[in-house]
Amino acid sequence: MEPYARDGFANSSGSHSEARRAKNALEEAREQIAHLLGAHPLEIVFTGGGTEADNLAIAGAALAGGERGGVVTSAVEHEAVLESARFVSRLGCPVRVVGVDRWGLVDPAAISEAVDERTVVVSVMTANNETGVIEPIAKLADAARAANPSVAVHTDAVQAFISEEVTVDLLRVDMMSLAAHKFGGPKGVGLLYVREGVQLEPVLHGGGQELGRRSGTHNVMGAVGMAAAAQATVEDRRRFVETVGAAREGFETRLRKAFPDLEFNAPVDARLVQHTHVRFPGIRNETALVRLDQAGVAASAASACQSGAATVSHVLTAMGISADDARQCLRFSFGWPTRVADGEMAAALIETTLEDLR
Amino acid sequence: MKTLVAMSGGVDSSVAAALMVEAGHDVIGATLKLWQGPDGEAPTAGCCTVSDAEDARRVAAQLEIPYYVFDYTDDFRTGVVDPFIDSYLSGRTPNPCVECNRTVKFSRLLDQAADLGCDLLVTGHYARVRQEATGWKLLRGIDPHKDQSYVLYMLGQTELARVRFPIGDMTKAETRSIAEQLGLRTATKKESQDICFVGVGDYRSFLDSQTDEARRSGIIVDRDGVRLGSHDGVARFTVGQRKGLGVSLGEARYVTSIDSTSATVVLGKREDLLASGAHLGRVSWVAGPPPRPGRVEVKIRYNCPSVPALLDPDGPTCTLLFEEPQASVAPGQAGVIYRGEELLGGGTILSAAQ
Repeated sequence: MEPYARDGFANSSGSHSEARRAKNALEEAREQIAHLLGAHPLEIVFTGGGTEADNLAIAGAALAGGERGGVVTSAVEHEAVLESARFVSRLGCPVRVVGVDRWGLVDPAAISEAVDERTVVVSVMTANNETGVIEPIAKLADAARAANPSVAVHTDAVQAFISEEVTVDLLRVDMMSLAAHKFGGPKGVGLLYVREGVQLEPVLHGGGQELGRRSGTHNVMGAVGMAAAAQATVEDRRRFVETVGAAREGFETRLRKAFPDLEFNAPVDARLVQHTHVRFPGIRNETALVRLDQAGVAASAASACQSGAATVSHVLTAMGISADDARQCLRFSFGWPTRVADGEMAAALIETTLEDLR
Repeated sequence: MKTLVAMSGGVDSSVAAALMVEAGHDVIGATLKLWQGPDGEAPTAGCCTVSDAEDARRVAAQLEIPYYVFDYTDDFRTGVVDPFIDSYLSGRTPNPCVECNRTVKFSRLLDQAADLGCDLLVTGHYARVRQEATGWKLLRGIDPHKDQSYVLYMLGQTELARVRFPIGDMTKAETRSIAEQLGLRTATKKESQDICFVGVGDYRSFLDSQTDEARRSGIIVDRDGVRLGSHDGVARFTVGQRKGLGVSLGEARYVTSIDSTSATVVLGKREDLLASGAHLGRVSWVAGPPPRPGRVEVKIRYNCPSVPALLDPDGPTCTLLFEEPQASVAPGQAGVIYRGEELLGGGTILSAAQ
């Protein structure tokens, strides 16, 4: 990535040698990442991040061919998907949002029920960015296609990619969003995998880059960085799951001892290894977050709104958690360098920082 | 001392934070998100806008203090906005700043400050707190044009022990000049005057947007009960109002009283507005026990000088007899009682004494 930051002035769409060098780098990045996802290079559309990829998948599919196609999605999706669905709904596309169970899981039967002859795209995330719950994507994809064989199945795999084996065939999806910064790559770059044959209306119109699916000068440096990060992620995944899993195990064991009434918000058998999402009964998360920040523990509560206030998460609401209970929930995430000792130290800090709030 | 500074994104609280940092306190800055649009978005006008929070955040960054945004929208809704609407619907004239201080800033936020291990809560109000042998005193701000002690009358000994107003000793001009010296981005920011959650437009359109009841029509009568016209909601009127009455009688008429039960607005002449005193309810005394009866000064609305009166406290209520009759004693407004510079307490105006 560095050479393209230092002296990568050439536009990859030009025809001189510098431009060719940039273009080659871009196409190599495309091949590399396509290979990791089990896709064809031409099925990879580089975007300006996960949000754009989600927008292109939802709005692009719903509005393809000048139609007003139907969208089916879940109530726990990232705002990038939910807001895109709202956007096309305002334009006249029928949108159905299916609910989830107590654990945030989408039921395949709910998908079959929601999909009809007008549905063109079904979007459920691979794993939830807040709770870490892993959705049964392959089963949901089967259910969707059983109800309407022509639907395109999209998944936002942004949160899952770092720790889950994510290939387009394993998940049986037609579209998949990734964001580089979630697996050690640069911010502001992502991709949408688009299975050959899936028709999309572009969201960005212009010079026709990315086979007309996404206009705009290529972020060569970003794409190269993303591909390198993706390669490293896939090679490191087994180790990541083992060490982060052990760190989280130590963290949670210690936390549970300190807070016996702790409630877990994600199912133990279907959650990302790098997430702990819990409710501390009786402790308001806003106060806990400030105290933890002061103590050097970075946690989060739901998502931050534009002003920076912690709001009640739509994910927890969809799981049937009351607003009061949602305000007692905190999320801790573990990155690739986290070791067992870090997890234990964090739990110990949390205990001393929050115990008098119990 | 560990201190929580409530930062609105305006110049006053920015300077308050800067002064606390300068004095060597361990300062945390916080902005309260009090109000939001129907879809949970931050308002674009009024206060609590994204740009206000951003200003506060940038000032906090410049002062190198941690900064957070707290979501108090639920508390603000139940403690301030709902009572505001109810009050207008019942023909009274509420003061939402007083209710916000009572139910949000100096209760919820004060509790949260304690939870965060802060010994003090600081705001950018123009008022002074002083500790004397007899206890904590609340004094008017030095700047007579900016004095905001009126909206702080509900503070008692427990609160004052933990609250500081560092700019109460300064004039607004001094505050601005400190902000300029420190290069704070809020130095020249314009003053917010409006009711923060009403945003653009006046409170009447806000009420219309919140409840259909605001448009319940009724009649306008004179003091003998003679019908003068009709109106589309008592919430549009406030005692003392002269403009926008919707009736023309050749000479100036004022709202002298409002009966929400029968949706009747009564008009009278200027002299009919004059009241010899006021009854206050929900009374709170800074010292704890009520002051001895006697001569005080009372302020019956925010933008109005205090006037001499005789105070007669009586449990949770009190009566004030003005030295000179006063116009525009509006039920719902705060009546705030001073002796010289010192704020003794106050309450909500229940009725005028004729």
